[in-house]
Amino acid sequence: MKYQSQSVAKLYFIAAIGLFVGQILFGVILGLQYVMGDFLFPYIPFNIARMVHTNLLIVWLLFGFMGASYYLVPEESGRELHSVKLAKLLFWVFLGAGVIIILSYLLIPYGRLAELTGNSFLPTMGREFLEQPTIGKIGIAVVCAGFLYNIAVTILSGRKTVINMVLLTGLVGLVVLWLFSFVNPENLVLDKYYWWWVVHLWVEGVWELILGSLLAFVLIKTTGVDREVIEKWLYVIIAMALITGIIGTGHHYFFIGTPGYWQWLGSIFGALEPIPFFLMTLFAFNMVNKRRRRHSNKVAVLWALGTGVMAFLGAGVWGFLHTLAPVNFYTHGTQITAAHGHMAFYGAYVMVVLTIISYAMPKLRGRRANSNKAQVVEMWSFWMMTVSMVFITLFLTAAGVVQVYLQRMGEAPLPFMVVQEKLEIFYWMREAAGLVFLLGLIVYISSFFIKGEADPVDEISHPN
Amino acid sequence: MKEFFTKSVARNIYYGGSLFFILLFIVLTVDTHKRLPDRDNREALTETAKHGKRLWEENNCIGCHTLLGEGAYFAPELGNVYLRFGKSKEAIKAYIKSRPVNGIPGRRSMPQFNFTEEELDALADFLEYTSGINTEQWPPNIQG
Repeated sequence: MKYQSQSVAKLYFIAAIGLFVGQILFGVILGLQYVMGDFLFPYIPFNIARMVHTNLLIVWLLFGFMGASYYLVPEESGRELHSVKLAKLLFWVFLGAGVIIILSYLLIPYGRLAELTGNSFLPTMGREFLEQPTIGKIGIAVVCAGFLYNIAVTILSGRKTVINMVLLTGLVGLVVLWLFSFVNPENLVLDKYYWWWVVHLWVEGVWELILGSLLAFVLIKTTGVDREVIEKWLYVIIAMALITGIIGTGHHYFFIGTPGYWQWLGSIFGALEPIPFFLMTLFAFNMVNKRRRRHSNKVAVLWALGTGVMAFLGAGVWGFLHTLAPVNFYTHGTQITAAHGHMAFYGAYVMVVLTIISYAMPKLRGRRANSNKAQVVEMWSFWMMTVSMVFITLFLTAAGVVQVYLQRMGEAPLPFMVVQEKLEIFYWMREAAGLVFLLGLIVYISSFFIKGEADPVDEISHPN
Repeated sequence: MKEFFTKSVARNIYYGGSLFFILLFIVLTVDTHKRLPDRDNREALTETAKHGKRLWEENNCIGCHTLLGEGAYFAPELGNVYLRFGKSKEAIKAYIKSRPVNGIPGRRSMPQFNFTEEELDALADFLEYTSGINTEQWPPNIQG
């Protein structure tokens, strides 16, 4: 750790991991509700549990991004953070607001919550992923704006590296596009049209900029490869992300009432969306191959490589599987979507946050890298979580294929609920894989408490 | 190749490419707005249907169901439920009303929301309006 103010990142990382645990616990509950329909009913109905699961995901990833920014921006800018006080204040505000929102989901019926928070004055609630009460949404906007201000002042008055600037444009986009969560026209088609401006343009736009810059930062640090080389790659990756991703929004406009030309535009640009992820995989492996030193933090390098591969598989390959309009006609809104969503979020965003935590946390705790023993345990957690996510994806894909066939094709299509019963075996297997994921997460957390031998030292190597 | 493809070329592709596609997206958005009146069934968006949309949102129906293919995949698609129920608003209302308070042992069940008659009408109107949106023939069949 070069700068004192970087230490504020630690708070954010701990909160992120805590909320991650909550997310996975609710994931396991949801998986069980798929096969035991009355589990926890009527106290925690499926819709409430799902809201908790997805909202915790978003919030913990935001904590992760913020922590990552507070860690890397001072180092990249060559100066202390503009205001540590503000960073700490916003942390507590965000954590408090996040916890209150989640508890209110669980303790108050949603309709009552809408009433209590005045949803009728500015209706924004009850749309997938954007279920937060309007005051909660305003809170998120304020926290993100304050965070952006802190980061922007630090970057603009310090050294402006490519990583810094890409991160900054990503964060500006994150705040600006969030404002569309307040846009909720009564016309359902327009409601959905602008809803995607947050949902798609976040995950397939600005978040990719953040992902790219975090990955580039860790690769510079752990491989010792020339910054110029890494920065050129970063530009190419994010250029492709935005060039394909912006019009690629069209792959969500096929069947919601928008003009037919979106089927062509969405298919073509959607099919190109795997490119940036493919480049990311090439990038990570290339840099590690070209490395000039073997960093003592081997597990951080493993997470970085894993991010490249899993983001490409989940967001790239599984996205492409159903992105063409004639295919999507059959797969839209089935378990295929769920399969893609799980692996894409894990591979791209969960893993990149775990990458930066893995790199930064030892330094925040005053060591260069964790002991070998702790690293081995963390590697176990990497494989447990990653492999079980692969299986969750495969089981949901199988469920989706059968669902499409029985419910949407053939002579005598079956009703939704009848088909769901026939999918039970896949849902049980998904639940089992989910439990292994939870176990992997427990192993991950336990690695933080393993002390072991003294810190290993970097090996200098010159493979080139 | 390496000489030509410098970092500043890469940077220009990023800024230039992004700007171009942002502008194109805005143009397409304007065009979509112009074409929507012929497609989005706005005639059927009455005051009650709007009320129904609000009820749909304030009870988080999207947390289990899909609507035009978006939402959760736990309960049936409702974009075409009006057609699936034989264009009967009464059938929709009866279904919502009949949900058991404590669920069905071992099975998925919709919660009992205790809607008033007026609210049930609003929800049914909203679902009727939704079924009239031009979705390019989606879903593939009546099962959603």
